[in-house]
Amino acid sequence: MSKTRVVITGLGATTPLGGDVSGTWEGLLAGRSGARRLTDEWVQNLAVQIAAPAAVEPTEVLERVKARRLDRNAQFAVVAAREAWADAGLEDSGLDKERLGVAVASGIGGLHTTLSNYDALRSNPRRVSPLAIPMLMPNSSAAYVSLEFGAKAGVHTPVSACASGNEAIALGLDQIRLGRADVVLAGGTEGAIMALPLAAFGQMMALSKRNDEPEKASRPWDVDRDGFLLGEGAGILVLESYEHAKARGAKIYAELAGAGISADGHDIAQPDPTGSGARRAMERALVEGDLTPADISHINAHATSTPQGDIAESLAIRLALGKDADHAVATAPKSMIGHLLGAAGAVESIATVLALHHRLVPPTINVDKLDDQIELDVATEQRKLADGDLAALNNSFGFGGHNAAIAFKTV
Amino acid sequence: MASTEEIRSNLAEIVNEIAGIPVEDVQLDKSFTDDLDVDSLSMVEVVVAAEEKFDVKIPDDEVKNLKTVGDAVAFIERAQNG
Repeated sequence: MSKTRVVITGLGATTPLGGDVSGTWEGLLAGRSGARRLTDEWVQNLAVQIAAPAAVEPTEVLERVKARRLDRNAQFAVVAAREAWADAGLEDSGLDKERLGVAVASGIGGLHTTLSNYDALRSNPRRVSPLAIPMLMPNSSAAYVSLEFGAKAGVHTPVSACASGNEAIALGLDQIRLGRADVVLAGGTEGAIMALPLAAFGQMMALSKRNDEPEKASRPWDVDRDGFLLGEGAGILVLESYEHAKARGAKIYAELAGAGISADGHDIAQPDPTGSGARRAMERALVEGDLTPADISHINAHATSTPQGDIAESLAIRLALGKDADHAVATAPKSMIGHLLGAAGAVESIATVLALHHRLVPPTINVDKLDDQIELDVATEQRKLADGDLAALNNSFGFGGHNAAIAFKTV
Repeated sequence: MASTEEIRSNLAEIVNEIAGIPVEDVQLDKSFTDDLDVDSLSMVEVVVAAEEKFDVKIPDDEVKNLKTVGDAVAFIERAQNG
């Protein structure tokens, strides 16, 4: 049976570099850092006082009453979904809403709401918001995105920590290939720059403590990397069956060729140092996409800037692609936007799609001295991609041993 | 004691803050659900905010009787005077 072809027809994002896709993409190409030192009162006694906050506050974009009914992570999701929806030209397309699905992931969910309502509870239980549950539930963002556009096919929320965004795209791909939807709004969102996550990730020794140089803190593949930088925002992609996109004359950014999901079966927090789980995810994405290692000319790496994770991924890429890894230009957007957790895979899939579309790979910043255990063709400046048929991989891995690789190709 | 108009005006601000209804629309004869489109969860928020603003108790059993803005204003007046 031949696989249904699935393409990307719309993009939406709000990130530390911009409130939309174009601002984000320009920031990535320019090698701009979205990191800064936090000045909020709640940060003063924390070991980690840096993060990459969203460039545009979602409350400045959304209607006031809508914003107060949405947790911060759902606010980001709705902002990004509206941009993707408009970009895809779906508003007046006559789309059958029973064939419109949603897959929007989050790693952390509505923690803002949970914490603020816990404070309210302790002062007076009557002050707990009647909207607390709809705002804190993990599926809140996916549900609000579905309500925004009246989606009536499956509405899903994959939760797999930092692999969640990619897993949502993989799930959306499945929905279309299984014939359950023609169009799926897929992606991820996160709004977790708060004291508790900063303290908790800090206690795991997962975060960079470079408080005095926030713009240098996220440095994937550099020999002096010391952990990741927490970012926030959302990315939503419009996945559409090729037939459906063709029939309505939609613009097509790239083809979503395949997805590969695997688990390490190794540890709740540490990546498998042999890279075996990540390797299988990439290999499966290639097989599902009818691609070979030789087809891959670009890799958007997970590369969070942790000492062990970056090495394990490099090893996995060498295992999955073999010698063909030599000609796959690797980049790490987290050097600029930080780690958007459940939104990371989605925002970086958008970067991967645009890299293929424009045949231009954004740089990785802060690689002052490449770690000699990293055996990748690292783009430290913008790199042009060749003409002709190209394919690319986007990796995301999450606590729990989740691995999700997505393969895109030019159309 | 606050006048009926003062209570209506303060309640209108609460309804505006929570549900986005223009303050001038929140008149005594309007139904919260049928005219102002205030849903049941927003109504709970309005009630809690009104309790704090007017320093009264509005029991959960009473909320279903507050169909119009006038019902709510009258209840608050009685509660303040009681």
